[in-house]
Amino acid sequence: MSQGASSQKERPLSPHLLVYKPQMTSMLSILHRATGTALAVGMLMVAWWLVAAATSEEAYNVAREFAAGPIGLVLIFGWSVALFYHLSNGIRHLFWDLGYLFKIENAYKAGYFVLFMTVLLTGVTWFAAYNQAGENTLVTNAVEEGEAE
Amino acid sequence: MAEFALPQNSKVQKGKTIDAANGATRKKTFKVYRWDPDDDRNPRMDEYTIDLDKCGPMVLDALLHIKNDIDQTLTLRRSCREGICGSCAMNIGSGKGTNTLACTQAIDEFKGDITVRPLPHMPVVKDLVPDLNHVYAQYTSIEPWLKTDSPAPNRERLQSEEDSTVLNGSDGNGPAACILCFCCSTSCPSYWWNADRFLGPAILLQAYRWIADSRDEATGERLDQLEDPFRLYRCHTIMNCTNTCPKGLNPAKAIAEIKKLMAVRR
Repeated sequence: MSQGASSQKERPLSPHLLVYKPQMTSMLSILHRATGTALAVGMLMVAWWLVAAATSEEAYNVAREFAAGPIGLVLIFGWSVALFYHLSNGIRHLFWDLGYLFKIENAYKAGYFVLFMTVLLTGVTWFAAYNQAGENTLVTNAVEEGEAE
Repeated sequence: MAEFALPQNSKVQKGKTIDAANGATRKKTFKVYRWDPDDDRNPRMDEYTIDLDKCGPMVLDALLHIKNDIDQTLTLRRSCREGICGSCAMNIGSGKGTNTLACTQAIDEFKGDITVRPLPHMPVVKDLVPDLNHVYAQYTSIEPWLKTDSPAPNRERLQSEEDSTVLNGSDGNGPAACILCFCCSTSCPSYWWNADRFLGPAILLQAYRWIADSRDEATGERLDQLEDPFRLYRCHTIMNCTNTCPKGLNPAKAIAEIKKLMAVRR
């Protein structure tokens, strides 16, 4: 190769994303974006549910059955995790916007707190939901038993 | 735009393996990114197994041992070997790495093999030497010098201790302590995807250094120049920059301070 050619040659790009060590800073950040996207997609199901409710009883029952089925439950569970993560981490972002939590150790502590709150809020929500569902079932059963008599 | 895969000419292949640790009791294998502009091959990872008793304790010592005694074709930048010039910034780790200075990175911090690559997402000039022209041009764009309208006094422009603490930091880790090694900018995913328009943490830290300087009289003009969806606001507080800074500085905090000044002056 002639001397001039080497300097003209296209330079390779050094490795980046796939060789950069994943760490809490970058992982929680991309998770924030991913959960935000998931929530936007989840709004489609909420919209479907609302439209169905406004359309007819049959349409509403179809939406309700899907939501209460295995796929629907997994999706709703995922979205509830996404919601509480996005919410908690969004508050972490507000602190950053005010100029706090910039020391790495504080950013990490807040990160772990966000993860803790995500688990806690999701757990509390589903616990409450199942309690409520259980009570409703009891009520329904009681009504049915009453009708049977 | 974000492109996760490397271009065809940049894909890294397996290179040669050299065992230079004959009879050594303390062995270590270094996997080093190599690219030679004078042949037509893709970049590759060469593996050197060395005797740690033949070199100093830092990764730079090992690299220089390789260059001096094993393979003289290895190319890297280095100068001060004590963490103040910023020349030997590279991506170092065991497998996956983070950016730091080879001269202040101890070898024994890693248990397994040590992987050494150039600063991420940069054009490579040769081996571990990235092309820094673009970041230097971005540095020039923030006009990193004292700008004043008031007539020059007969002596230095003075600054109170408080005002100079803003620049130097109470712990010596203020924005003025930056050595421009670009570990932070090249650790930033936002900078990887938008380096053409986003200034990146290193340059924004320097922009803040001049904005915050009590002697500088062009604060408004400097903020005007940064008021842009890309130059400043591609920062999403990922904080890889602060996490990786080998000097313990805080570019993310400096960027947040600029954003706050932008919000306040509205």
